[in-house]
This record gives sequence, C-alpha cells and structure tokens, in this order.
Amino acid sequence: MARRLWVMAGLLALFCVLFMTWNARGPWSFLLPFRGTKLAGLLLVGMSVSTATLLFQTITQNRILTPSIMGFDALYVFLLTLAVYLLGGMTVVHIPPQVTFLMTAGTLTLAALLLFGTLLRTTKSDLLRMILTGIIFGALFRSLTSFLQRMIDPNEFAVIQVASFARFTQIEVVLLALSALITALVLGRIWLIRNRLDVLALGRTTAITLGEPPRRLELEALVLIALLVSVSTALVGPIAFLGLLVVSIARLITPTEAHSILLPSAALIAGLTLVGGQFLMERAFRLSTPLSVVIDLVGGAVFLILLLKGVRR
Amino acid sequence: MIRIENLSYAIEGKEILRDITLDVPRSGFTALIGPNGAGKSTFLSLIARLEPLQTGSIHIDDLQIGQCSDRDLAQRLSILPQVPDQPPRLAVRELVGFGRYPYNRGRPTSDDGAKVDHALSVLGITDLAQRSLDTLSGGQRQRAQIAMIFAQDADYVLLDEPLNNLDLAGTRTLLVILRNLAEQHGKTVVMVVHDINIASRYADRIIAMKEGRIVRQGAPDEVIDKALLHDVFATDAMVLSSDFGQVVLV
Repeated sequence: MARRLWVMAGLLALFCVLFMTWNARGPWSFLLPFRGTKLAGLLLVGMSVSTATLLFQTITQNRILTPSIMGFDALYVFLLTLAVYLLGGMTVVHIPPQVTFLMTAGTLTLAALLLFGTLLRTTKSDLLRMILTGIIFGALFRSLTSFLQRMIDPNEFAVIQVASFARFTQIEVVLLALSALITALVLGRIWLIRNRLDVLALGRTTAITLGEPPRRLELEALVLIALLVSVSTALVGPIAFLGLLVVSIARLITPTEAHSILLPSAALIAGLTLVGGQFLMERAFRLSTPLSVVIDLVGGAVFLILLLKGVRR
Repeated sequence: MIRIENLSYAIEGKEILRDITLDVPRSGFTALIGPNGAGKSTFLSLIARLEPLQTGSIHIDDLQIGQCSDRDLAQRLSILPQVPDQPPRLAVRELVGFGRYPYNRGRPTSDDGAKVDHALSVLGITDLAQRSLDTLSGGQRQRAQIAMIFAQDADYVLLDEPLNNLDLAGTRTLLVILRNLAEQHGKTVVMVVHDINIASRYADRIIAMKEGRIVRQGAPDEVIDKALLHDVFATDAMVLSSDFGQVVLV
C-alpha cells in the first residue's frame, strides 16, 4: 500500500513539474511566481477538500456524504455574502480580505457546530434523512445567498464573486499564505489524531468500549472540517463533488480503513485530479471547458452510483 | 468488585431502573436474567458507560464511572453490546487488533500481535483472520467481536446476550471460554442471557431483575425454583433438580 502512495506521489511531482514548465514562453521571473501560486493553490485545495471529506465520512460513518453535499460550502458563501451585506458600503473594500476570510471561517465553524453537531447526534444512523437535510440546507443557503446578492451593490458583489463560483483558473492569491498556514495547522492536528479516528470509525459503542468517547472527537472533527472547507471555498469556490470523487477513488486504490493511509492517499489523488486535470485541460489540450465542470460531472456520477448501489457504509 | 449504589434511570419519564444497589464480587461468572423489558440491557450499558448516569453511582474497583479516565476504564472493563456496531470493511484480524487499542493507542507492538493471534485461536477463527467482516455470517462476526473483547484483556467483561447468533456448538464453545475466563484467568464475567438453563448450568451466580429492580440473587441452585419463574417470569414451568443443577422444563 505504501508503494502505491509513492507511485502517486511520483506522478503528482511529475505533473507539478509539467504544470510549471510546459510551454513556458516568458521570463522565469514572471512565470515562476505566476504559475507557482496557482500550483500552490490547487494543492492546498486538493488537500483540504479530500481531508475534510474523509473526516466527515468518518464521523458520519458512511461513504456517500461529504461536507459539500451537506451544504458546508454553500453556508460559507452565504455567511460571506451576509457579512458583505451587513457591513455594507465601502467598509468591505477597506477591510483586508484576510480579515473577512477569518471572520467568515470563524462563523462557519460556529454554525457547523450548531447545525451539524445536533444533526450528527440525532440522525447519524439515518442516511436518507442526513442526505435530505443536507440537500435542503444547501438549497436554503444558496437561495438566501442569491437573494442577498440581488440586493448588494455591484461593486461589493465583486468581493463575494470569487467565492461563489467554482473555478480553478483564478485563485484568490491574497489568501494563499493565510490558507496555507491554517491548512498546515489543521492537517497537523488531524495527523496527530489519525489513530483515534480509526477507532471512531468503528462505531459509537465500540469507540466508547475502547476508551475513545466519540462526542468530543466528533465536535473537534467538525471544527477542523469547517476550517478546511473555508480554505477551499475561499480559494476556488464551492466544488460539489470533488471530495466524494477523490475519496471514493482513494478507497479503491488503497483499500483500507486506516486513516494513516487514506489521508495521504486521498490528498494525493485530489492533487493529481486538480493539477493533472488543470494541466491537461488548460495547457495540453487547450480545452475551454472548465475543470470544475468535468469534476462535478464525474463526481456526480459517482455519487449517483454509490447511492443506487446502496452502499451502506 | 462492581459496586452499584442507588442507581435509577428513566427514559422520557418512564422509569427503567429503580434504585438499584448491588455488589458484583470480583471474579466469577454472573448471569443476569429477567423477562423482556426488565432493564437488563440498560443496566449493563450504564455499567459500561455507554449511556450517561442520571442518579446513583457505579464503581469498578477504585474507578468511578463518569469520573475516571476513559483509557483506564477501557483497560479494566469491556462490553459486547446486544447489537454490536456494524464495523466498516475490516479484516477480522484488524478488528480484533483494535482490542489492544486501550494499551497501544494504535501503535501495535509484537506483544499485541501475539495477543491478537491468541484471541483468534481461542475463538477458533484463526482461519478467518484475513477475511473481510462483511463476508462473514452472523455467528462468525459475533465470534470476531468476542475475540476483540478477549484481546482487550479487561478484568471485567460484560456481554449482552452474546449467544444470539450462535449455533449449539458455538454456544457451548463460547460458554466454556467464558467459564475459563472466570475460573482460570480470574476475570469477572457478567452476561445477560435469556435461557435460564444456560444460566443455571454455567453461571456461579444469578441476578434476577424485574421491572427495574433486582429481585433475587445468589447461586443458581438457590435462585432457580418455581417461585422465581412464577414471580419474575410470570409463568409456571416445572423445575427439575439434576446432578448438573436445576433444569427448567420450558
């Protein structure tokens, strides 16, 4: 299993080099930072989306739900829009985007604890009800968002636009350093608790018996998920099915329940999908279709297949 | 010793357990019997801290439930719930390996490996070690769960109707294993069981519950009689005395 991880890491490195050097027709002093920030953004997004999804599947004990399907990123966009709407006027322009980002991420964390903390306790065993709740949450947040966006000044709308649509070509570069810091801290914490997550995945009773009471760990995981979702949504916008796609592939390529394998495996596959996909679409084939559309198409199909197959866990 | 003091428990206003005070002595095989809805499972899951206490206190030796560290308790006490969790697609050996988690926190040593192998062989599922849990039959999965508890090597082992999915041979094998745990290894085994004859034949001690109270307790020969069946189970069955203990003619 470790060998497969190394092969994927090698492939990812190869794509990263290609991404940086292919068709380089400008001065390197321009190309390196220009492409470098894009690459860093894609890798960050890949790691945060895959990890958030895996974590969410662990605490909900199923393989179909993801933070996106449950409306996490729709909630992020809504909170951002709400902040812009409430602060109004020119204030938003004067507030550095980092501050807006931190505020929104903080609020998302609280909202996630409130909404999903209670939901997890009451309906965890009921997959259909969870999916239904997620779909309704998502629709609710999205319509609230578009309602607010209609009332917002077009100049202010520019602030939220970046976070509202999925696109990998324009990454919010200002937030890159802060996002990298947050992602590093969150991933570090998750790596420390990887063995505890393995126990949590066994189910509530077993986890208690083995001395790992799930409640606090679940809440902590929700906080970590909310932070990761904030990072990816702020950088490239909501990407509905990327998480589901890469985690499902990771479970195929490295069939294990151990988080110490699944975490890097899913992150590598997400990196490959984003960097490789973006490289092939943008550079090699010069296609005009956005990568997010392809990912959502394939990921959506995976979601349907999983749902129809009735994957219990 | 498990010391239970003034334990009461209610779900949505309905009293499940009423002011139970009880000592379960160290080592030995105790059977918990009683009609459906007597509160046996709730009682057991409170001892195993699966549900939070409402009133009363429970001590496992010096550890108080709800106060002590979860890790310490996990090395002291293990439980097989009536409906075990459906674990994800693990191999049997991986599941059993989790029994060592309270000691190694996910970093198995070679000693842990030996203990897991021992647990697999005691439960007779060594040949299933690499099989995935979702390819097993109910009884095989039950044994894998029990092997995990065996590997956990706790002083107190609680089992809520562990015989449910087992055939006759499996039932007898498990009962012998449990007896062995109590006799040879000095463990304290508490088992909820419906079949009084099994309790009579294998247990050192019987605790009978009815409507959230402990109504009788003691050695099988003292507890099992016509009066018990009439008072606790509200049925009149014959009881025969035999060389192997009391036999209830169901």
